[in-house]
Amino acid sequence: MNWISKMFSSSLGQKLIMAITGLFLITFLIVHCTLNSLIFLNDGGVTFNAGAQFMATNPLIRIVEVVLFIGLILHVAKALVLTLNNNKSRPVKYASYDGKANSKWYSRSMGILGSLLLIFLVIHLSHFWIGTKAAQFNGTILSHNTYLELKEVFESPLNVLIYLLGVISLGYHLMHGFQSAFQTLGINHKKYTPFIKSFGNVFSILISFIFAMMPIAMHFDIIK
Amino acid sequence: MSKIDSKIPAGDLETKWTKYKSSVPLVNPSNKRNLEIVVVGSGLAGSSAATSLAELGYKVKVFCFQDSPRRAHSIAAQGGINAAKNYQNDGDSVYRLFYDTIKGGDYRAREANVHRLAEVSSNIIDQAVASGVPFAREYGGLLSNRSFGGTQVQRTFYAAGQTGQQLLLGAYSGLQRQIGLGNVQMFARHEMLEVVNIDGKCRGIIARDLVSGKLERHFGHAVLLCTGGYGNVFYLSTNAMACNVTAAWKAHKKGAYFANPCYTQIHPTCIPVSGDHQSKLTLMSESLRNDGRIWVPKRKEDAEAIRNGKLNPNDLKEEDRDYYLERRYPAFGNLVPRDVASRAAKERCDAGFGVNKTGEAVYLDFAFNMKYKYGKQVATLKHISNPTEAQLTEFGHEVIKEKYGNLFDMYKQITGVNPYENPMMIYPAVHYTMGGLWVDYNLMTTVPGLYALGEANFSDHGANRLGASALMQGLADGYFVIPYTIGAYLANEISVKSISTDHEAFVEAEKNVQSTIEKLFAVKGTKPVDFFHKRLGKIIWDNCGMARNVDGLTKAISEIKALREEFWNDVRVTGEANDFNPELEKAGRVADFIELGELMCKDALERNESCGGHFREDHQTEEGEALRDDENFKNVSAWEFKETGNWDLHQEELVYENIKIAQRSYK
Amino acid sequence: MSGNMNINLKVWRQKNGKSQGKLVDYKVENVSPDMSFLEMFDVLNDRLINEGKDEPIAFDHDCREGICGSCSMYINGRPHGPNQGVTTCQLHMRSFKDNDTIVVEPWRSAAFPVIKDLATNRSAFDRIIASGGFISINTGNAQDANNLPIPKGDADDSFAAAACIGCGACVAACKNSSAMLFVSAKVSQLALLPQGAPERATRVLNMVAQMDAEGFGSCTNTGACEAECPKQISLTNIARLNREYYKATLFSSEG
Repeated sequence: MNWISKMFSSSLGQKLIMAITGLFLITFLIVHCTLNSLIFLNDGGVTFNAGAQFMATNPLIRIVEVVLFIGLILHVAKALVLTLNNNKSRPVKYASYDGKANSKWYSRSMGILGSLLLIFLVIHLSHFWIGTKAAQFNGTILSHNTYLELKEVFESPLNVLIYLLGVISLGYHLMHGFQSAFQTLGINHKKYTPFIKSFGNVFSILISFIFAMMPIAMHFDIIK
Repeated sequence: MSKIDSKIPAGDLETKWTKYKSSVPLVNPSNKRNLEIVVVGSGLAGSSAATSLAELGYKVKVFCFQDSPRRAHSIAAQGGINAAKNYQNDGDSVYRLFYDTIKGGDYRAREANVHRLAEVSSNIIDQAVASGVPFAREYGGLLSNRSFGGTQVQRTFYAAGQTGQQLLLGAYSGLQRQIGLGNVQMFARHEMLEVVNIDGKCRGIIARDLVSGKLERHFGHAVLLCTGGYGNVFYLSTNAMACNVTAAWKAHKKGAYFANPCYTQIHPTCIPVSGDHQSKLTLMSESLRNDGRIWVPKRKEDAEAIRNGKLNPNDLKEEDRDYYLERRYPAFGNLVPRDVASRAAKERCDAGFGVNKTGEAVYLDFAFNMKYKYGKQVATLKHISNPTEAQLTEFGHEVIKEKYGNLFDMYKQITGVNPYENPMMIYPAVHYTMGGLWVDYNLMTTVPGLYALGEANFSDHGANRLGASALMQGLADGYFVIPYTIGAYLANEISVKSISTDHEAFVEAEKNVQSTIEKLFAVKGTKPVDFFHKRLGKIIWDNCGMARNVDGLTKAISEIKALREEFWNDVRVTGEANDFNPELEKAGRVADFIELGELMCKDALERNESCGGHFREDHQTEEGEALRDDENFKNVSAWEFKETGNWDLHQEELVYENIKIAQRSYK
Repeated sequence: MSGNMNINLKVWRQKNGKSQGKLVDYKVENVSPDMSFLEMFDVLNDRLINEGKDEPIAFDHDCREGICGSCSMYINGRPHGPNQGVTTCQLHMRSFKDNDTIVVEPWRSAAFPVIKDLATNRSAFDRIIASGGFISINTGNAQDANNLPIPKGDADDSFAAAACIGCGACVAACKNSSAMLFVSAKVSQLALLPQGAPERATRVLNMVAQMDAEGFGSCTNTGACEAECPKQISLTNIARLNREYYKATLFSSEG
């Protein structure tokens, strides 16, 4: 299977992994966002907790969770390899560099945005995922109240700030990442690409907005 | 003065080449592997020759001074390439292309060579298309053609305004393939500075690695010079900055005759000079004359008002404009050959009708065809029966943009003027040199084993080249002529083993190059190389340009001699020999240009007639057309180098058996 | 001299590939707005030769009409300077203002090592073409050119890709020094033509392998290359290169 290793060690193959894992992580975001939006039902977290418990106990979701982590790790690891390689390809930097003249700042800052996201993700997991995992192991998952956890975390203004910054990083990361993934997959057509680009922008802004509203709404007790 | 033999095979013109191809000696494949060929230059001629010879199995080395073979100046050719395909069903044929080329060259080219060129022209298009050259196509998917000057058929194939680029990249990709296969060794950023002759045959070259400055010796059973023309002798020309005569000149000084050096082509449609800082001139493709109409004001006062900025040319009424080409040459109109169009522009400007600040520019105006030719066409397609003027302009604008967009953009970039709204200003500029190393029918110079291809030789264009024929000739020589004709020589060389580059001839040649370089540095004068180049250019442009006369040429010769003295006493070459040193490169080239300049003027002085690009004011008709002297000058002047400033003249008689020569008329 | 602008230049000077370089200040006076950027360098070089202190500045240039791809100056943080769709030689001083300060550097990429001052070695591009950027047809084997009709749209797209002049501005502009636009232009030109079909798979595989081996970075789709390309080669070519590569890897018998 020489050709497979050849492909995935080439720059294009590695980019393909970035694109596929990226799009996969985007589908996760959609599920995550939809589920979390249940808090906006403002029913004291009843539906939300039910959903959370379903996700925590369904065996299929458990498998998907593993795949998700593999996807995430691949996305991060490949990004790291590619970035290091890209840095090597220009050992002497320009004294004067006018990137804004030819490209969007966030398209040139995917590494930084991604790193910020990764830091945020660690914080985010420590807030919620570890608690849920512990409950799964202890067998207390059925009585685990994720909604309450949310309320507690978002009482702190610092946490709200962290989440907002995380969500902004996410938005910009997606704004480039969404359409970039299609380009990497080779999908570029004068009839469809304008749509993909606008859809990507709308999607990035919308999903970030919804996520941003969660800590804000909870912190200011807009939802009880 | 002696007569020289061009080794044209006997027989009918139509079958000569075919018969010759079938009888020329062959080299068998196993012997080809032991034969080494040095190719200098990587333009259309060099790339196509090197590729074709490598495909045949020869061991090939290619040298170019640019950083990549893809940058050779063939790349800048805009308009197109001729071929006698008759795809347009407009009556074209091999004979017509042959006839047009001989006539266009004012009956100063060899019949046999030109007919061969016309015969292989079709193969070139096939070869180019097969190697991926994206020529312009019609909606049906077939190739598109347009007209060029000096012809009445549409036989020019093109790729927007970038035909030369596309053809060169096609040839270059073939060359890169052979490099990848190991059949060609490429030496980019190398300049040939000497040919090496052993026992009367050319056996290699001395080249300078332009990055390290080191001199290298390279053996070859044969050497092909595909090094382009010498138009840069004028300093200002449409040639690339580094185009030079050095390789050809070194060969000339080692025994190769130089033919017809005074035949230079002044292209009628270039962007006028804007100031003394000007480093080169930019061509606007001849294809623009398909749709652009050339004019100046009828009245001098209007011309003056335009020059002073008091009158906008768009406001000048139709009846106050002088479309002088249409007036003088109704049959060909704006599509007369280049020499004719150039002289007509000069005539109007000299008479005071020039339209820019310097008085050296005429208009090339698209407004009429934009509106009434293309605008109307589009309106008809759109079923608009009574289009407004604004609509016509808008529609025509789109068509013009598709046809010539990149040229219009380039014009705007250089002049800051929008040619869609204002007529272009143009003026003639040096563009191509028909003269070059004398070669026989096999493309071999007077030195056995030393060949010259493409613009570097003199053979196919006579005294004036028709548009879209340079690309044709370069590729014909490289793809379809040299692979056959080189066999005539190499078949007798199969027993010659590679000669060591320690041979005394190589050692001595290298020593000569080394001493010339040292001499250049030793002058330690006060003036940069460009200073001399500009002076030389002005002397030649003023005296050996579009119009020449005895007094001017005599004066120019003595001025050039003095300039040569001054150069070798006062030039300042900075930097070091063993280093990347563009100033040193330029110095060597200008030294050779100065010597060539003298020969050009001498040749122009000796040729007591006018023909094509060589216009002697003392030889013209009453209407101001070139007046040939077929009795005395139906020949090629081939100059043999004796010592600096001293040449012997030889002549090759031109025989016309298939064309009745006449005074060229485009009226 | 004809002009009245004064320009402050900061130019990268580097003796050769092994030595360290630095930016050096030069003031050029009486610059005419009609001058090209390179003609301003000619004027400066003439002065440097006359003064005899500094060697003239080395830079690549040849045709000076925007087609050979030799000229390659990185001007105020952008390849070929501030204007779109032009090479350095076609950049005119009317695009600058009196007393502007202009920083001029060579292309920066591990794959394009500096030779001297502003001149770099771009032979990596030649090696990429040698690895597959051609149609393997020997001279004399071609059929009649009109035996193979090609849809005008395909021919036009192929031409648009083939317009690449190999100057390397795409690499210079890209934050990763990626050569994807260059490679994709050649792959696209030949993939769009039926003549290119027989070698379609091997071509893209070999060219991508050579591109990687030369030390260019990878593409992050910022679009900087397209924005700076003097011939405005489109990003759709990069998408096509990606497609061609996956197709060749996954579905052809090559690789």
